[in-house]
Amino acid sequence: MPELKFKPKSKFWEAFGEGFISLNAFLALIGILLIFIFIFKEALPIFTDAEVQKEAAFSKMLFKQQYYEGQKPKWSWQPNSEVPKYSLLPLFLGTIKAAVIAMLFAAPLAIGAAIYSSEFTSKRTREMIKPAIEILAGIPSVVLGFFALILLATFLQNVFGWTFRLNAVNAGIALGLAVIPIIFTIAEDAMTAVPQSLRDAAMALGANSWQVSTMTVFPAALPGIAAGVVLGFGRAIGETMIVLMASGNAAIISIDPLVSIRTFSATIAAELAEVVFGSAHYNVLFLIGTLLFIFTFVVNLGGDLILARLKMKIQGNTK
Amino acid sequence: MNQGLISSTDRVDLGYVKRGTGKIPRALMLLAVGIIISMLLILMVSIGIGGIGVLSWEFLSNPPENGMEEGGIFPAIFGTVFLVILMIIFVVPVGVLTAVYLSEFTRADSRVARLIRIAINNLAGVPSIVFGLFGLGFFVGFIGTGLDRLVTDGGRPVWGQPAIIWAALTLSLLTLPVVIVSTEEALRSIPKEMKDASYALGASRLQTITRVILPQAMPGILTGGILAISRGAGEVAPIMFTGAAYYLPYLPTKLNHQFMELGYHIYVMATQSPDIEKTKPILFGTVLVLLMLTFMLNFTAIFIRARIRSRRTNV
Repeated sequence: MPELKFKPKSKFWEAFGEGFISLNAFLALIGILLIFIFIFKEALPIFTDAEVQKEAAFSKMLFKQQYYEGQKPKWSWQPNSEVPKYSLLPLFLGTIKAAVIAMLFAAPLAIGAAIYSSEFTSKRTREMIKPAIEILAGIPSVVLGFFALILLATFLQNVFGWTFRLNAVNAGIALGLAVIPIIFTIAEDAMTAVPQSLRDAAMALGANSWQVSTMTVFPAALPGIAAGVVLGFGRAIGETMIVLMASGNAAIISIDPLVSIRTFSATIAAELAEVVFGSAHYNVLFLIGTLLFIFTFVVNLGGDLILARLKMKIQGNTK
Repeated sequence: MNQGLISSTDRVDLGYVKRGTGKIPRALMLLAVGIIISMLLILMVSIGIGGIGVLSWEFLSNPPENGMEEGGIFPAIFGTVFLVILMIIFVVPVGVLTAVYLSEFTRADSRVARLIRIAINNLAGVPSIVFGLFGLGFFVGFIGTGLDRLVTDGGRPVWGQPAIIWAALTLSLLTLPVVIVSTEEALRSIPKEMKDASYALGASRLQTITRVILPQAMPGILTGGILAISRGAGEVAPIMFTGAAYYLPYLPTKLNHQFMELGYHIYVMATQSPDIEKTKPILFGTVLVLLMLTFMLNFTAIFIRARIRSRRTNV
């Protein structure tokens, strides 16, 4: 007689088990809500507490302020000085500078490599490119930060003789290394997802392989490649350890890429440990966190939307 | 073969005016591949050369000495391992059950499934420093302080302070998408016939999940767990304020202890050292250890994943 493996079912355990699994599934959703609530909660006094507003009202973070008698109004981030200054503009400028340099460095390399890998190479070379990208993706950001701080910065300074050893370009290149795998993976997926029937049709019309790639596959995959760039930019804005270590962390207002910068993320990382719990400075750092959260949330949602549309369009084509 | 059917004038009519083969752009793309691979090689080789000299059993098994300029990194290794073990205990059950829910309980295009998927995608995109803020505000400030009100009578905080348990919980939220995505992929690779057979034998949905689906998905769950460890072991920003310490004279043994961690140790040595030249050999060694650890984990995960994929195509 074969042994009956399934015990008679107990209705209670069935219901309990299924309920447990269903509840569990909502933890990710609850998690993202809790993140927003608890970060915004600590930033809220800036908008509600008059005592905090005296030191750090939101308008003071946006507009030029006159801090001392007889001095011109200016934007300045000096939260620990005698007169605390909380202008977000220097940090915003630094964040954008680092992210734009990272994208200028990473996007052409990643997109070029992705097109090459999906279109013009044998299966064997592709098996070499993809693991290299996976390895790059697996490198912890603190290691990239270390690389930029100790090795890359010295190398660049020796070659170009820059005044600031740690600057936006140095941080941007290291940041680019972290962004390359994101853009590459998404762009490559978009290219390979283009249905074979499209390629065949172009071939049948007499196009050669270069024409198939540039005139058929590339335009079809373009939204996906754009999504990759958008998501990469989101990552570059939020990345912390690399800029914290490699950018010099000086909040300077300048568009010169060769001066030190201080980004939003690095400011939180550098200042939160020393800040007094519940002080205005503490609230401001959580406000910066809220801004980062909202920005990346929008960017991710946008990127995912583009990808979902593209997927539907491509699948629709094959039917 | 078909050359005869299409004349060259037809091609012009079809709009293919330039019949380039793209030699130069193609060469530029190959150059992009070359630049990426050579930067990766430069990074790995320079860290390897700088770090290999200090690697020894003593380095791995001794605590730091003399302001981190001498000695080893044992407490940082111990803290990292302790941290990721705790993280795995939290993240794997939640991640696996979420994946089971998404693939077995709802249709992929249902509203609930889409909402959860949006949450997962966004969770994966939230900057790690924001996780750090959240861990401090929620786990340390809210849960920890709340616990203290219950268990202590207002003396020194026991739970309402940075601790390894809060750091592990923060990291488990950060790595949750990794586990979910990897498990889902494994669940999808299970042939439908297997589930049908289970139902045909009279098994309930829960029995099918626990005895057919989950055992089949084991390699995928394992991959997800390993990738989560690899990601968690390398993250610094989320643990800076939730439990990691510059230096501790003792090893963490309780859930509310602070701990040393490899990534944080690298950050501290690289940026706060009074004499960077003296710290450098140990710094390079620590980076090499962290890199080797993450690579080993990643390669194992890639290997298991490749086997799952080949199984799926063979079925």
